[in-house]
Amino acid sequence: MNILDPQGPIGAADKTILIDSVAIMLAIVVPTIVAIFAFAFWFRESNTRARYWPDWEYSGRIELVVWSIPALTVILLGGVAWIGSHQLDPGAPVEGTGSPVRIQVVSLDWKWLFIYPDQRIATVNTLTVPAGAPLRFELTSGSVMNVFFIPQFGSMIYTMNGMVTRLHLRADNEGDYQGLSAHFSGDGFPDMLFDVHVISPLAFPDWVAKTARSDGVLNEDSYGKLARQTVEHNKPTYRLDDPQLFGAIASQMIAPGPGPKITSESAQSYIGASDAR
Amino acid sequence: MLGKLNWSAIPIDQPIPMITSAVVALGVLGILAWVALKGHLPYLWHEWITSVDHKRIGVMYTLLAMVMLLRGFADAIMMRGQQAFALHSNGYLPPEHFNQIFSAHGTIMIFFVAMPFVIGLMNLVVPLQLGARDVAFPTLNSVGFWLTATGALLVNISLVIGEFARTGWLPYPPLSELTYSPGVGVDYYLWSLEISGVGTLVAGINLVTTVLKLRTKGMSLLRMPMFCWTTLASNLLIVAAFPILTATLAMLILDRYFGFHFFTNEAGGNVMMFMNLIWAWGHPEVYILILPAFGVFSEVVSTFSGKPLFGYRSMVLATMAICVISFMVWLHHFFTMGAGPDVNAIFGIASMIIAVPTGVKIYNWLFTMYGGRVRFATPMLWSIGFMVTFIIGGLTGVLLAVPPADFLLHNSLFLVAHFHNVIIGGVLFGAFAGYTYWFPKAFGFRLHEGFGKAAFWFWLVGFYVAFMPLYAVGMLGMTRRMQHYDVPEWQPWLMVAAFGAVLILIGIICQIMQLVVSIRRRDELRDRTGDPWHGRSLEWATASPPPVFNFAIPPDVRGEDAYWAMKRHAQPQDVEKTEPDYEDIEMPRNSPTGFVCAFFATIMGFALIWHIWWMVAAGFVGAFATFVAFAWRDHDEYVIPAAEVARIDRANLAERGALPGTAGSA
Amino acid sequence: MADTTTAYAQSDPHHVRAVEYTGPASKRIVTGYGFWIFILSDMVMFSAFFAAYAVLLGQTAGGPSGAQLFDLPNVAIETGFLLASSFTCGLATIAADARNKFWFQIAMAITCLFGLAFLTIEGREFASLVARGAGPTRSAFLSAFFTLVGCHGLHVSGGILWLLTMMAQVFAKGFRADIQRRILCFALFWHALDIIWIAVFTVVYLLGSAA
Repeated sequence: MNILDPQGPIGAADKTILIDSVAIMLAIVVPTIVAIFAFAFWFRESNTRARYWPDWEYSGRIELVVWSIPALTVILLGGVAWIGSHQLDPGAPVEGTGSPVRIQVVSLDWKWLFIYPDQRIATVNTLTVPAGAPLRFELTSGSVMNVFFIPQFGSMIYTMNGMVTRLHLRADNEGDYQGLSAHFSGDGFPDMLFDVHVISPLAFPDWVAKTARSDGVLNEDSYGKLARQTVEHNKPTYRLDDPQLFGAIASQMIAPGPGPKITSESAQSYIGASDAR
Repeated sequence: MLGKLNWSAIPIDQPIPMITSAVVALGVLGILAWVALKGHLPYLWHEWITSVDHKRIGVMYTLLAMVMLLRGFADAIMMRGQQAFALHSNGYLPPEHFNQIFSAHGTIMIFFVAMPFVIGLMNLVVPLQLGARDVAFPTLNSVGFWLTATGALLVNISLVIGEFARTGWLPYPPLSELTYSPGVGVDYYLWSLEISGVGTLVAGINLVTTVLKLRTKGMSLLRMPMFCWTTLASNLLIVAAFPILTATLAMLILDRYFGFHFFTNEAGGNVMMFMNLIWAWGHPEVYILILPAFGVFSEVVSTFSGKPLFGYRSMVLATMAICVISFMVWLHHFFTMGAGPDVNAIFGIASMIIAVPTGVKIYNWLFTMYGGRVRFATPMLWSIGFMVTFIIGGLTGVLLAVPPADFLLHNSLFLVAHFHNVIIGGVLFGAFAGYTYWFPKAFGFRLHEGFGKAAFWFWLVGFYVAFMPLYAVGMLGMTRRMQHYDVPEWQPWLMVAAFGAVLILIGIICQIMQLVVSIRRRDELRDRTGDPWHGRSLEWATASPPPVFNFAIPPDVRGEDAYWAMKRHAQPQDVEKTEPDYEDIEMPRNSPTGFVCAFFATIMGFALIWHIWWMVAAGFVGAFATFVAFAWRDHDEYVIPAAEVARIDRANLAERGALPGTAGSA
Repeated sequence: MADTTTAYAQSDPHHVRAVEYTGPASKRIVTGYGFWIFILSDMVMFSAFFAAYAVLLGQTAGGPSGAQLFDLPNVAIETGFLLASSFTCGLATIAADARNKFWFQIAMAITCLFGLAFLTIEGREFASLVARGAGPTRSAFLSAFFTLVGCHGLHVSGGILWLLTMMAQVFAKGFRADIQRRILCFALFWHALDIIWIAVFTVVYLLGSAA
């Protein structure tokens, strides 16, 4: 999950910006730190060779330099930030080989649901994608806020109930990777790691066909079971009957997932918020 | 009758909170018993609890901060311990417990350690530096302190009665809404912060008014010590930002208590609005914390270099620039929420711009040392340690301000390392420097230097050992707040980090030892001159500790570094000069208003958390009655006759000895 | 001391010819200043509620919007009462400056009555909204509306408690210096509430009804 070992163009570009920014700043920071040690050491009280200028407190030239160094650095980095933000906007499509794969992501408590509307399949906690193809993610949450993040592929993005966020990535190399939720979402949050399998674009249709023969069907009922607050240790796969299911989740036609079961009286809310729905 | 409260609220089945609470309760009762048996209670009540003297209140704020540091650090070392061993394992802290611990850790450290520490230092020092007798509103000052203490008390009560929030130090909805957090934890958090927020706001109003309206004769704004400028900037930020926190938490309270829909998933609530509002407060908050620390460093570096602060007006400009710009950067806390490239880039650039005045300050401290005679007393060690550490933290901060970099590092342990880098390296080191620097002024004896240096080195090395691995593990993809994990590459780094926490623990033990030893050896460490460090500003012109009225005659100031000027330009014949004309001094009377008000606030807070409505009403009536009783006082001041002022002043001057020019009054 | 003055000037290297700063301000000025700062902070808090209102304006969750709910003539009447109460509060301040207990108490009493009239009208508006199913739990818009307007109403209620306390103080102790300072603060508070109400009235009711 090393972000310095990207496996796709977005991750690679993010990493380049990261390294370049650090390098630019180190060019200023290292001399400054050296100067701190040098000045403190040279002008120590016991050093009689150092000049003592008890009234020296201003120099226009030094002020000019001192304001300029950070200002110039910031201008440079600001340019990097402006250009980088636009080129690496999560909502901007990524080019690739082969037809784009549309993946609809729903973060639940405490698992990830991946819906492939065009392929009419869905998986939980496993994301299988073809290498080199543009990946178009549409994301929402079935309950609380989460963040979808595959460190080696690039940018992360929030998932929120009632809203759809968009992310575009591409995975260039076949292999097995991992993703996680990068936003704390409750007691089962640490278990929201998911597997990412990048397979050859030739093998992808076979995988789709195999998954489409799953026993399970993803519909409102089975989704309702998934939405309950549990950790999912298996990685079930489903056929998808209704390609509009994601839309129904994202627009709240299907209500957000429930919270924890209330186990004791003292946890009851006094003025019922439940009748406000 | 008792709302939601019943016996099941006490977590008898959880050993850690039960044992901790028992130990703390025994400790507190033990101290109270010792104080009572030794007959110190009247002294405590009259001289400290009901005190409206800014020096005493400043000390109490600092004491609160240091006690809560122990609690917050206990949480930290538990978390590091858990994460060091939780590979493929549940560790020793189940999720419900771990999640409360990290939430409590952040909440306590920000609101009940960092804030009281800086407010305490500002309270103690600023009126002395301004040549004033007290802050603008002394009784209100006491109210502010005790309300802050109420907040701290409520958070600690949650350990043994009920639970604390499990949502992190900022309670993002919808997780913090009633649906997903039905227990009392989030309510403890909300009421504790609403109450202490009032206290903080009061302190803010007080200090702004003090700096702008109570300076002594001749001290124009551009002749104030730098610490007073940073106090002004920080408290302007408090006044402008804390009301946003009050409003936002109130909205969440309304959602949870009355079924409103500000941030719920259903009926149109907007969780993004919470993010915007809370960080519109949250970003100024971190500048509220760091600006006073910058002020401390300005004072310490110039004193221990024997030179005036380099580029004073530049520093003023930089401080006020930071103050203003800090309100324009809040979105960098959620670049990944999907605001779009233009918005992200603009806020990223604004966040970098704020690094410019900060960089200027570092360079100005650097050039203050240049041409100076640097003495490496403990406060100066903290300052140099700060300069190096804060630069690194600033670097990682500017890095995170570049949106594409943030897209990889948001919410990771890299972020956690960054903000601890700047808060520990900046705020905490500054607080420790200020504590060591001004301790002799407050108490009349210095702190033990050996333990001070040991504490510094353990903290410095411990900090790096604890947090540099977190930068690494954040780059390996680890996100924050994980109670367990399955990625083996992360564990070695987390184990090193845990060792770093142990080093810091030793540093804290050194600080405790330092205090104990210094108190025991206070006669050896006595400061008789009032000026143990060859200081430059007016607080060193008073005795240590200063008399209740600070200055017998308000000083007449002619330039920057007012006291340094007095020392340099005093002539031998000044020693022969006639005594000044002492006059009667009116001082505010001590008052139990603050303590009693906080008592009722605690009752109200607890009752609101547990839905005990009759108790809420009773608490409110009690608080209102307290204010009316305060307003009904006929004698709010007492007079110190001129003869008494003269006696005290003469004694202080005599103790200073024949040091030329170290006059106790101008 | 005069012989050291020129010596001290050397410690002011910028030789800033500052306006000679004469020292700390009087108690009345300090109190008033501090209270102004408090009022500014309170306005920041209101602005957070205004911001929430603006964000949630359209979130009616299928329920009623402002245009369907607001009764402008009613709002005009309560506004009239509040503005009038500011006027009578001003009269009370003048009476306090003139140390006239009788007219002070009369003016304050009328201020109180006008304030209570405002609260009564607002309370009835809230009750009728709730009865029509347009309470604060109906939608995010209504939550924001009730909170913003209700927060102002709570401030007015607190102000009335304060008003009654001031009347009692003057009755018992007359126009002592500290009581005069408190009257100043109270008047500032009461007028500030009026200013906030202008904003509420404009942003919520006028703009809301035009939509």
